[in-house]
Amino acid sequence: MSRKKYSVAIRDVIAEEMRSDPSVFVMGEDIGALGGVFGCTRDLQKEFGKNRVRDTPIAEAGYVGTGIGAALTGMRPILDFMYLDFVYVAMDQLLNQAAKLRYMYGGRATLPLVVRGQQGIGRGNAGTHSQSVEAFFTHIPGFKVAMPSTASDAAGLLRTAIRDNNPVMFIEHKALYASSEEVPDDPNFAIPFGKAAVRRQGKDVTIIATSLMVGRALEAAEALSKEGIEAEVIDPRTLLPLDLDTMLKSIEKTGRAVVVHEAHKNNGVGAEIASQIMEAGFKFLDAPVVRLGAKACTLPFSLVLENAVVPGVDDIHEAAKQVCYK
Amino acid sequence: MDIAAYDPLNETPYQILDAQGKVILDHWEQSLSDSELIEAFKNMLFVRQFDTMAISYQRQGRMYTYPPNLGQEALSVASGSVLQKTDWMVPSVREMGAWYMKGVSLKELFLYYRGHEIAQRFEQANRIMPITVPIASQIPHAAGVGYGIKFHGEKAVVLTFIGDGGTSEGDFHEALNFAAVWKVPLITVIQNNHYAISLPVHKQTASKTLAAKSLSYGMPGIRVDGNDYIAMHEVLSGSIDYARQGNGPVLIEALTYRRGAHTTSDDPKKYRTQEEEQEWEPKDPVNRLRSFLVHKNIWNPDEEAELIEGYRKEIDTQFLEAEQYPPHSLDDVFAYMFSELPPELEAQKQEYQDYLNATAQEPQK
Repeated sequence: MSRKKYSVAIRDVIAEEMRSDPSVFVMGEDIGALGGVFGCTRDLQKEFGKNRVRDTPIAEAGYVGTGIGAALTGMRPILDFMYLDFVYVAMDQLLNQAAKLRYMYGGRATLPLVVRGQQGIGRGNAGTHSQSVEAFFTHIPGFKVAMPSTASDAAGLLRTAIRDNNPVMFIEHKALYASSEEVPDDPNFAIPFGKAAVRRQGKDVTIIATSLMVGRALEAAEALSKEGIEAEVIDPRTLLPLDLDTMLKSIEKTGRAVVVHEAHKNNGVGAEIASQIMEAGFKFLDAPVVRLGAKACTLPFSLVLENAVVPGVDDIHEAAKQVCYK
Repeated sequence: MDIAAYDPLNETPYQILDAQGKVILDHWEQSLSDSELIEAFKNMLFVRQFDTMAISYQRQGRMYTYPPNLGQEALSVASGSVLQKTDWMVPSVREMGAWYMKGVSLKELFLYYRGHEIAQRFEQANRIMPITVPIASQIPHAAGVGYGIKFHGEKAVVLTFIGDGGTSEGDFHEALNFAAVWKVPLITVIQNNHYAISLPVHKQTASKTLAAKSLSYGMPGIRVDGNDYIAMHEVLSGSIDYARQGNGPVLIEALTYRRGAHTTSDDPKKYRTQEEEQEWEPKDPVNRLRSFLVHKNIWNPDEEAELIEGYRKEIDTQFLEAEQYPPHSLDDVFAYMFSELPPELEAQKQEYQDYLNATAQEPQK
């Protein structure tokens, strides 16, 4: 094990996979000499050269599209988005092409694409650079969607993503890049998709949280514990596939659930998770499932306002008490 | 030919045969053999039969919407014929001749237009992508294929198609820009058939030519008479030589005219005149190559009726085979989404299967 930052864990896995598989390469903006705006491709071009760490012109649809073409010739592209907000200019290539090509090709095409980058609040980057985009990719079939909340998960899930033969949307968080923890050194360390992590055990309420919200849920759980409420905190880690079983098992025990994400609450992934819980586990529930997510407003520039519109520790705390009728 | 020597701004297309099939160049030497030209003519004739029969099948309710190719056969047959087996083709929607020359079977095409996406596996053809109905989205894929070819150190090229309408899309610009910066072996053939469904080309761009767009990317571009099989073949061969030698991409603007409708759901009378349609009739590519062959005394048009009858029988046989293909299975819905069946889809498939089993057991009313 080595103590690593989340961003370094990502960089190291890309390097290890590139060393072991010559068909893996990275494309994106400012990833070569600069090493990525957030350092996730630092020094990779020195080791692997300009053909495998390919700086692209500023054209996201262009490099997603060329990535698709390269994949069809047997390569395994990692497409680096500086900000995942920029997927919007590449949506046709992502959701009309990458997501559908295998199906429309009668299964003949294999598209081992990883689309990765960071999203979310934490830097006061304002409305077009602070969003959470996961719901677009869980709505249109064709992508797998991973959202690591820790350095070790980032490493294990990214390795699975790179080795997967399907398009994967790999969603990192800008405010987690500096977080660090012990990461296994094993160059084959991989976390399978569709296996949630139980971050904290508890018997009274289940809090399902993604990405940055996992840490806030754990903080809320500590506060709740002081009030005699023991919360179980579950991090799904991948939204597609979704580990409903682990959530249901927890809810069978607690009878109560709060779903929290940083993305807008309206039509967010939380709505899907809450619905799936009610469809499959209504008999376990002692209270309606509560969803928490960002207000239906543009993410503000101000760091103060940014934090005000996404769920905070207090919001999670309150919601957990609400479903416990306390 | 030296493709880089041509001026992409030249509005007069590169042309060898006039509308009557007479050679208009002074010092021209025929590069294709007589038998190759006869073969090309037969292929164009064959594609024309396929095309007109496909429209009939669609009108009979035996096929979904189909995009007619009438009048554009020369450029597509020429494009397909210049590619080697290891070269890639990234199609658009209206180049039947190219798909056919690349090895796609008629049965597969008919199956596809009957809604069987599995037909797009194009099992008989090597290195061809599926038909791409969205506009211009295939051009970045083609540039990426070119990147892959270069990365693997192959001597192959990739050829892609787009219509005049597609050149307005951002994907066209981004892909050509990437291809030129990365110097990939990409040949992009613009089928300028003068209409983006209903919008004439002069309302799509203020450029003098579409080939001119190559200047801004830093690649050779040439406007060619796409209804002149021989000119088209020369330009394609020159472009492929250029790209195969590692010089980078080429943009070809092939002038042609969509004599039919945009698709079987379209009515061109609403947006263009009969005079205009009549003006293009004598410039038809099949008639033009026929005239050339007849002038040379190497083709007897009296033999065509029998030939066409044979083609039509063969086409009908393949259509009937497609029609008798088994109905869709549940796998057609679920199996091709991912390289493995994820648990969510497995469950949905099972649910559907249970429904089918239950309804199958119900007595018929």
